[in-house]
Amino acid sequence: MTSEILSIKGVSKRFGGLRALDDVNLGVRQGSVHAIIGPNGAGKSTLLNCLVGRITPDEGSVTFDGGSLLGHKPHQINQAGIARVFQTPEIFGELSVMENVMIPAFARKDGAFRINAWGRARERGEVRDEAEHILDDLNLWSQRDQIVNSMSRGDKRRLELAMCLVQHPKLLLLDEPTAGMSRADTNNTVDLLKKIAERGVTKVIIEHDMHVVFSLADKVSVMAQGTVIAEGTPEEIKASPKVQEAYLGGAHL
Amino acid sequence: MSQSVMTPDENLSKNMGRSPAEGHEPKGEGLRGFMSSSRSDYLLLAIFALAILTMPIWLAPIGAGYPDILQKFAIFGIFALGFNILFGFSGYLSFGHAAFLGTGSYAAVWMFKLLSMNAVIALVFAIVVAGVFALLIGYVSLRRSGIYFSILTLAFAQMSYNLAYSVLTPITNGETGLQVSGSDPRILDHMFGSPSGRGVPDFFGIELQGWPGFYFCAILLILAFFVTMRIRNSTFGLMLFAIKSNQNRMNYTGFATRPYLLAAFVISGMYAGLAGGLLAVTDPLAGADRMQWTASGEVVLMTILGGVGTLLGPVIGAAVMKYLEQIFSSFNEGVLHRTFDFLPHGLQEFMVTITSPFVGEGWQLTLGLLFMIVVIFLPGGIMEGVRRISHRFRRGRGETNAAPAHDGH
Ligand SMILES: Nc1ncnc2c1ncn2[C@@H]1O[C@H](COP(=O)(O)OP(=O)(O)OP(=O)(O)O)[C@@H](O)[C@H]1O
Ligand SMILES: [Mg+2]
Repeated sequence: MTSEILSIKGVSKRFGGLRALDDVNLGVRQGSVHAIIGPNGAGKSTLLNCLVGRITPDEGSVTFDGGSLLGHKPHQINQAGIARVFQTPEIFGELSVMENVMIPAFARKDGAFRINAWGRARERGEVRDEAEHILDDLNLWSQRDQIVNSMSRGDKRRLELAMCLVQHPKLLLLDEPTAGMSRADTNNTVDLLKKIAERGVTKVIIEHDMHVVFSLADKVSVMAQGTVIAEGTPEEIKASPKVQEAYLGGAHL
Repeated sequence: MSQSVMTPDENLSKNMGRSPAEGHEPKGEGLRGFMSSSRSDYLLLAIFALAILTMPIWLAPIGAGYPDILQKFAIFGIFALGFNILFGFSGYLSFGHAAFLGTGSYAAVWMFKLLSMNAVIALVFAIVVAGVFALLIGYVSLRRSGIYFSILTLAFAQMSYNLAYSVLTPITNGETGLQVSGSDPRILDHMFGSPSGRGVPDFFGIELQGWPGFYFCAILLILAFFVTMRIRNSTFGLMLFAIKSNQNRMNYTGFATRPYLLAAFVISGMYAGLAGGLLAVTDPLAGADRMQWTASGEVVLMTILGGVGTLLGPVIGAAVMKYLEQIFSSFNEGVLHRTFDFLPHGLQEFMVTITSPFVGEGWQLTLGLLFMIVVIFLPGGIMEGVRRISHRFRRGRGETNAAPAHDGH
């Protein structure tokens, strides 16, 4: 596989006595949707933490787009083209929806640090246009002036997705984007993610909802106890007795 | 999600129906009035300027219509405005800003001694020196956040205070304080043949004492207010508010947050330097007591009292505090006896006994009480009180949906 945009090799991470990640190997092809499934505590979020610079693995290497990600700060990794939707929304609760989306757009346009203490933020036309466009796309336009703390949980998740998408990332990491959503909201999010997939954004998605996984993913990795125990197309994973036993147990299918 | 994702065609038709520059008022309680229009900003600035310049008139009835106290309102207003850029906008609470106030004073007096009694030179130097000092302290203190940041700034300020009394006495003149004297070189003044013999700071010939002194400070306050307003509405300001709201998200969004914070720290240090310089302009003497932690605490109180993160709040908080200080510290037993004269003798004695600890030297007891009341009942400070009242007033007139609760001023 030559066109891997992300490759994780031999990554391990210990928290005290706990082996949260144990020699994880994973490759994500450019333009694909790669799902990671696995029981609670399998180390899925920890793996994403290693990718965005929240934690540094004890061993192993992580290469993205030809360069190593290890040793870089979270903002450098984002500037390199990786955006993440967190398991619990990380958004600017006291600011408006519009501001929440404009801020990442500014990061894209102005880089990690640039002081403009005079010009009015809202009058930066290109940034506003970008933000407005994405709000339209994600059906948040009517809520653009709302303070986000007062929004529903589903809307907050959608907003966080908008904040990532406005940056046009090369790689989008989604940690359970539909958790806590109603069936209707989940379906809408799936449609939305399919639509983004058409634009060729590579995605790694952690998801418990098998319906979501099997309707989106090109490839699925199954994690348990800190390692990848199986990998394959959704069909292969569905059929694998090993996965059935370790994780699915029949209950989810 | 309430609806399915729109098709591109739907987006297009929806986009055509609106102009991007449309002004919208935010709904709900936000950190800032980001969406305020530039027209309303300039209106606010005009009203602010008018109110400040006419203070001698409308503050006269409460006994504050004289230049000495009005000057203090303006100077500490500048100090609090700058402090609010750090604390109010970015959420980083510094307990050491008096260090920059003191530095500004020393720097200004040194300019008076060495170069000229011209206030402009002294103030520029005060701002620069305080800014450089803030860069050093901020660089180290911002390695930590939250309470550790606060402690670091406090430690640095106390170190500066102690140094001013010990190692640095050649620069600070120790406990006596730094003063101007007739034998100062004042190179520029002598060169241009305008030695101000009286040692009074001036603005190109206008001696800055009494009313000219007040108006000089007032104009600088209005300028400082304008700059703060621009910063607040700027991209930089937005980034500071975003850091306050969720610094983690800022990092994962691609921002190096520390340089932004350092910039805010230095800017607020420069405001403090300007305020310290003005203290020296209105009274050319600098002492280390200006750097003490109580002075750092004072600006925190002013900002909280007025309203953290608001534009007007810190200025109002500073004025209220300086006014109360003036009033209550000047009260003594005699005044109290006269105040309670109308009561029967026994009751009068009783009232004097229980109120006397709150006045004179003990005025800070009053301040403490006031502060507690504000923090408990009006956590948003005086500005929140104003907002609540105006909101109720509007509602009373039946304009329930007319304006948002939060207008950010
Ligand atoms: N910073 C940390 N310090 C200590 N232990 C941690 C830390 N982060 C994760 N862990 C532990 O590592 C293990 C893996 O956690 P992780 O959050 O990666 O699981 P997950 O697969 O995302 O599970 P879930 O489906 O519940 O989100 C858990 O046992 C967790 O308690
Ligand atoms: Mg998780």
